[in-house]
Amino acid sequence: MPTKLFRRGMLLFATLLATLAQADLKLNMTRGVTDISNEVYGLHMLIFWVCVVIGIIVFGVMGYSIVMHRKSRGAVADNFHESVKVELLWTILPAIVVIAIGYRAFFTLEKMYDFDDSDMTVEIVGYQWKWRYSYLGGDAAERVTYFSSLATPRDQINGLTTKGENYLLEVDEPLVLPIGMKIRFVISSADVIHSWWVPQLAVKKDAIPGIVNESWTHINEPGTYRGQCTELCGKDHGFMPIVVEALPQAEFDTWLAAKKVETRKLAELTQKDWTYDELMELGESAYVKNCAACHQVDGSGIAGVFPALKNSVIALGPVEDHIDIVVNGSRNNAAMAAYGAQLSEVDMAAIITYERNAWGNDTGDVVTPVDILNYNAGQ
Amino acid sequence: MTTTTDHHDHDHEHHGPAKGLTRWIYTTNHKDIGTLYLWFSFAMFFLGGLFAMVIRAELFQPGLQLIQPEFFNQMTTMHGLIMVFGAVMPAFVGLANWMIPMMIGAPDMALPRMNNLSFWILPFAFAMLTSTLFMTGGAPNFGWTFYAPLSTTYAPPSVTYFIFAIHLMGASSIMGAINVIATILNMRAPGMTWMKLPLFVWTWLITAFLLIAVMPVLAGVVTMMLMDIHFGTSFFNAAGGGSPVLFQHLFWFFGHPEVYIMILPAFGIVSAIIPTFARKKLFGYSSMVYATSSIALLSFIVWAHHMFTVGIPFAGELFFMAATMLIAVPTGVKVFNWVTTMFRGSLTFETPMLFSIAFVVLFSIGGFSGLMLAVAPADFQYHDTYFVVAHFHYVLVPGAIFSIMASVYYWLPKWSGRMYNETLGKTHFWLSFVGVNVTFFPQHFVGLAGMPRRIPDYSVQFADINMISSMGAFLFGASQLLFLFVVIHTIVAGKKAPAKPWEGAEGLEWEVASPAPYHTFTTPPKID
Amino acid sequence: MTEQQQPPRSHIKVVMVSIGTVIGMLLFVYYGLRPLYFLICEWTGITGSSFDQAEAQPFVVQEDRPIKVQFLALNNAAMSWQFHAVDSEVIAYPGEVVQVSYYARNASQRDMVGQAVPSLSPFEATGYFSKTECFCFNQQPLAAGEDAELGLVFQIDPDLPDWVKTISLTYTLFDVTGEMEVSLLD
Repeated sequence: MPTKLFRRGMLLFATLLATLAQADLKLNMTRGVTDISNEVYGLHMLIFWVCVVIGIIVFGVMGYSIVMHRKSRGAVADNFHESVKVELLWTILPAIVVIAIGYRAFFTLEKMYDFDDSDMTVEIVGYQWKWRYSYLGGDAAERVTYFSSLATPRDQINGLTTKGENYLLEVDEPLVLPIGMKIRFVISSADVIHSWWVPQLAVKKDAIPGIVNESWTHINEPGTYRGQCTELCGKDHGFMPIVVEALPQAEFDTWLAAKKVETRKLAELTQKDWTYDELMELGESAYVKNCAACHQVDGSGIAGVFPALKNSVIALGPVEDHIDIVVNGSRNNAAMAAYGAQLSEVDMAAIITYERNAWGNDTGDVVTPVDILNYNAGQ
Repeated sequence: MTTTTDHHDHDHEHHGPAKGLTRWIYTTNHKDIGTLYLWFSFAMFFLGGLFAMVIRAELFQPGLQLIQPEFFNQMTTMHGLIMVFGAVMPAFVGLANWMIPMMIGAPDMALPRMNNLSFWILPFAFAMLTSTLFMTGGAPNFGWTFYAPLSTTYAPPSVTYFIFAIHLMGASSIMGAINVIATILNMRAPGMTWMKLPLFVWTWLITAFLLIAVMPVLAGVVTMMLMDIHFGTSFFNAAGGGSPVLFQHLFWFFGHPEVYIMILPAFGIVSAIIPTFARKKLFGYSSMVYATSSIALLSFIVWAHHMFTVGIPFAGELFFMAATMLIAVPTGVKVFNWVTTMFRGSLTFETPMLFSIAFVVLFSIGGFSGLMLAVAPADFQYHDTYFVVAHFHYVLVPGAIFSIMASVYYWLPKWSGRMYNETLGKTHFWLSFVGVNVTFFPQHFVGLAGMPRRIPDYSVQFADINMISSMGAFLFGASQLLFLFVVIHTIVAGKKAPAKPWEGAEGLEWEVASPAPYHTFTTPPKID
Repeated sequence: MTEQQQPPRSHIKVVMVSIGTVIGMLLFVYYGLRPLYFLICEWTGITGSSFDQAEAQPFVVQEDRPIKVQFLALNNAAMSWQFHAVDSEVIAYPGEVVQVSYYARNASQRDMVGQAVPSLSPFEATGYFSKTECFCFNQQPLAAGEDAELGLVFQIDPDLPDWVKTISLTYTLFDVTGEMEVSLLD
């Protein structure tokens, strides 16, 4: 054996291990903040140690052989090559270990499947590339529904500014939940398969179009818990995080009441008189948030994949066609969703106004929220 | 003719191989076809490896530095497809072609012309698949597991070529599997009874049955996709009454046996090499055969462990957890048997043995993380994170790929008639060993810490481990250039090899000259 | 080596039989699979939750067992209609025949056809929730600006497992304008 090379290799490996040890690293699963997450952590550690013990035994025997049974040490090969007793032993013993772990896992799994008897229900819908949360129950006119999108600025992603502490794990509007209550989730998707995961709650469920899935949680401690989408869903799969803000009951109630007031206020905003500048300002930020992922910040799209809006037939043509495609989506390409179902009239009016006037498009057209309302009402 | 020993083989040969390039296009010789498969697989290994280097380069640091997310998704998809269907599977088929006839004392495979077709389909299929990188809309970008509706309603135009390529690869594998079964069943030399077969032949026989059982299912799945995309059906489209979950069931019904297809031949290789370098018979031969068969049978009833978070009913979830945990038992039996083979042997550590020992240790580590994944409640925290990526790379890279490298070092003297340079071989081993562990071991941790799969950018707490992993990947990738050099150098300038270069080797392949004559065992050997 | 011979008769027969078999298989797939599928479903009783419009059974209503039934409405991203459940939550008793409705409005400028796909949770309740009148899987055409109230009548089987106290029924609305007019209930 080339010992020099071997030694150098070992040195490199040791250096890497040392780097590993010193770097600020989270190396294990979180215990989390729910009873279930703690049970899951316990199962994880149990099976982990079982594997470590088996590994030490097996690799230990092998290591012993490698040292003591070398030909260069004068070892002469024995000639035993079968034993029914031994085969039975190392079939039955591992089977017992495995069954024991399975038995313990059964009870945790049963609890994870007990969705019923909850105190509230939250509807979670996955979109490309954001989540929509809806608090079910109560008066339909006051139902709090909102989208939750990545809030990390593009500049950080492109390396133009330093990355924040919660880089890629921050959203504009977190899911706010009360602690100490059983919360049921009903989960689905509006386009492709996504998956909603918050490690500290140990909740992960796929969001599948056309199908409703259930899950539940009961959060023990207030705090902020961050997760990510865990099913490949297209280009921004890595950019649709989840943030759960768990509040004590009283604070949650206050928050929810305030949100309901906001919902009513939005209806009023729709009727207000908007100026060109106000629409352009809101339009730019709404465009960046909702449209730039595909059509790009400068409106140039991606050749062959996402059409350009700068100088485009839609942005320069009849206003009605432009409203149609934003509200109803594209007939030919499922990737252009029907934003009428996702955005408020205020946002859509602002975005369309912006698209018709930015990047040199300069049509001078102004589309107000009332225009959108009227369009929807069919006038 | 009345003579039966192989001394007279060369009397019956009227000609050696044809001359020129057409030799390789028209060959029906199992050794030539084996060589074609192995070189093809080597090329695909580099291509898939190149994509992996692009992936790890982007993941070297947080942020998007080199490529855009759309292209990243194409890289991860193509890396998976090419490694699974272009590198690992063809390598094992190449080894089957080269070694099975010799190991059973047969002159060639049962269906030599179909053998030729099985190979030549592949370069065409992969050229087409690779060309999708240059098409409008880009290459397939929906993961090698291509879940609907991402791969149907939302797929780029190249998906149709992807489907065509899968059909071709499937046809190639099915024909190859039929050939293997026909050969082993019908062409064993007299006296070569079932329980005398080398374990490599056994594992390939079982693998061939798995292939025939599941490749048609894959063909069915991609055909249904094609129908959904182009002909208005709704197999996987909820709008028309179909279900995306149906896709997953059908895919994984193929997908799970597929991963056993990718590991059983590796088990056979290691069962050939360890006894040779321990100078001791394989411990528990019949047990090994039964264990392999149990693994193959069990592999059909565990598929939904890939779907624990999809929302399958409680009873189903429980069943799949139990069956999956059970499959650890026969796999463990095999590991114990290998270790017992080494125990009280007389060990030397040439390169094939180094790779085989590393296989046993590192594949077992992959098996441990697999056992952890089987525990359904815990899987809710592991699923679709880097913990899974670490698991399957451990069983596939220091698992399947190391076994292939071991087999190359082990049998290259037989194929080429020349010995490889032992120092270079060991260097390749140690560099690969360090590289593979530095790349994939840290991924367990970053997965446990919460990093999902298939993302081009990640939050800053994962940065240090990703950097280490990328460095390991670059080391591993670069080391394979050394492997290429070793192989070519051996063929061109290696020292001449005897018929049996390994003192402890057993098997019919070592009774023919090195390099093996173009036609071997044209008269069957006598087996005692 | 030898001169070209006529392929033996038995070879031609094998070829003809093989071709005939392949054609027969293709015809079977095209004409025979669908009736066979429905036959097998009926014979084994695996009919799925929404396939048959069941008939209301004369069950005795279990008045001591309130079941909370939630009705959710979801739009596929490419579908622009307004769509929501008029009654988002009702308390139903096993055996009782209950009527609820959904509201849909085509607010666009063109005529469209929608299709609502149901999904029920928990899975174990699916066999006990029969819809005696349902707009699921029926293609719903709405002219530009038109709206409709879509009725749903259901009945919960009293044999529903004890532990089920809440049932969620989601309808996902898809745009199927221009797709083949096929009813999945025949």
